[in-house]
Amino acid sequence: MEKLQLPPKPEKSLFKKIRAIIITILVIALYVWTFKNIDIDWGRAIERSIDNFHRVIPKLFSPDWAAAGKVGLAMLETVFIAFAGSLMAAILAIPLSFLAAKNMMGGKAVSTVGKWILSAIRAFPDLILAILFVVAVGPNAFAGVLAIAIGSTGMLGKMFSEIIESIDMEVVQAMEANGANKIQILFYGVLPQITPEFLSYAIYRFEVDIRASSILGIVGAGGIGTMIIFASSNRNWNEMGMILLAIVIVVTIIDFASAKIRRKIV
Amino acid sequence: MTNETHSLTNKSIPLYPAKTKLQVTIIFFVVLGIYIFSMAWTQRDMVSGLSGALGNMYRVIEKFFPPNFSILPDIWNALAQTIQMAIIATTIAAILTVPLAVLSAQNITTFKPLYYLTRTILNLLRTIPDLVLAVIFVGLFGIGIFPGILALTVFSLGILAKLISETIESVDMNPLEAMRASGGNVFQVIWYALVPQVLPQFTSLVLYVFEINIRASVVLGMVGAGGIGLVLNQQLKFYNYPNAMTIIIVIFVTVLIIEYISNKLREALL
Repeated sequence: MEKLQLPPKPEKSLFKKIRAIIITILVIALYVWTFKNIDIDWGRAIERSIDNFHRVIPKLFSPDWAAAGKVGLAMLETVFIAFAGSLMAAILAIPLSFLAAKNMMGGKAVSTVGKWILSAIRAFPDLILAILFVVAVGPNAFAGVLAIAIGSTGMLGKMFSEIIESIDMEVVQAMEANGANKIQILFYGVLPQITPEFLSYAIYRFEVDIRASSILGIVGAGGIGTMIIFASSNRNWNEMGMILLAIVIVVTIIDFASAKIRRKIV
Repeated sequence: MTNETHSLTNKSIPLYPAKTKLQVTIIFFVVLGIYIFSMAWTQRDMVSGLSGALGNMYRVIEKFFPPNFSILPDIWNALAQTIQMAIIATTIAAILTVPLAVLSAQNITTFKPLYYLTRTILNLLRTIPDLVLAVIFVGLFGIGIFPGILALTVFSLGILAKLISETIESVDMNPLEAMRASGGNVFQVIWYALVPQVLPQFTSLVLYVFEINIRASVVLGMVGAGGIGLVLNQQLKFYNYPNAMTIIIVIFVTVLIIEYISNKLREALL
């Protein structure tokens, strides 16, 4: 039988070839650097894990029901932190997103500045913000609210500005041509186009913030994280099991509800 | 008759129906109510209330400045460790995610029970925050980078498998069917029809998860899982705020640089 022949592949440009080679070399170098420098004490890790396995794992799966009330209350606080924080963020993100969107404030310079502000905010991990706010307002749940609020503003602002950039500008132009002023354009031309998606992203962010706020207590910013750190330092793995169960249940419920609501909005 | 039409045309028609207006108003007040309650609840432990705390904020933030840059040479090692943790975890997750993503994609795994099983496991996995995983693994393996790498791997596996399975579900099914019709077996179909369609997104998503892992790994040390967070935690415990500020700035700059590089790479890919 005649051997089938494939058509020849299109020739790649020299630039692309060189770029591919350079990237490959860099990636290999990165891995060499990583595996040369990493030192894991395997002996100790294995010894420890054999030692600890029966002390930790079975207990995680037999939660301490006596602590359910305490854990539930802390989880409720976590939900409150996430709620207050993400609502604050949703409001703070609106002016910043208009600033960062290319088609709103006019001028590329303004939007670049806006984008830089947003990515600077995003570069702080939530926990680092929480550390700063714990020092500033004291170790309480409000520090967590502030950390969540600022942390989410960066991400929401970016999402919002992308939504604004994707709106149908013909509506805005038509209104301009009819002599509408800026406020009218904002309320009748822009807002109706962006509101559903803004709401959808804000609700999605609330989902993310539930997860984020459940660990803020590790640095003293309230919520269930405080109990996590106590349970781990007391090696109280039954209580840890209860905490895990609470987090899994609450996060699952909120994810489910939020997905339902978002499907209805958009 | 004429009178009736007259009244009909003159009646101003509202932009939104009354029912929607009522719904929106109720939702607005419920959200506002929960917000006010949350604010009151979270501020109940504060000694001097919001105004006192905000006044205090400036005085305390001042303690962080000027940052003590003389400790920079001592933290390079910890920073390198953090990045290495993220690299290893991302790599392992990227490898392990392939079978999981295929199993949790509805269009490839046509055997429903298997699909629902992997989906459920991944959903449960994703509900557990990274630091909680780190706390458990530190309890299991002791302090060090190994529990950190494990926590990052498990955490990013959940995200990555979900994102990639969604990518797989959105591929063009025609090449796959053509391949199957001309007698390709399961692996041939996956390798020649699915992989070329998914590969660019796969690389892009892996880079995105790498960004997430960098961000997560800088704080894992707070619970004893190695890296720069460990150093930061020590400095904070000694109330050595200028040193802590230096570390925070280093983290900030690292995250910015990694994000920039990864963004550029992803733009080139897609």
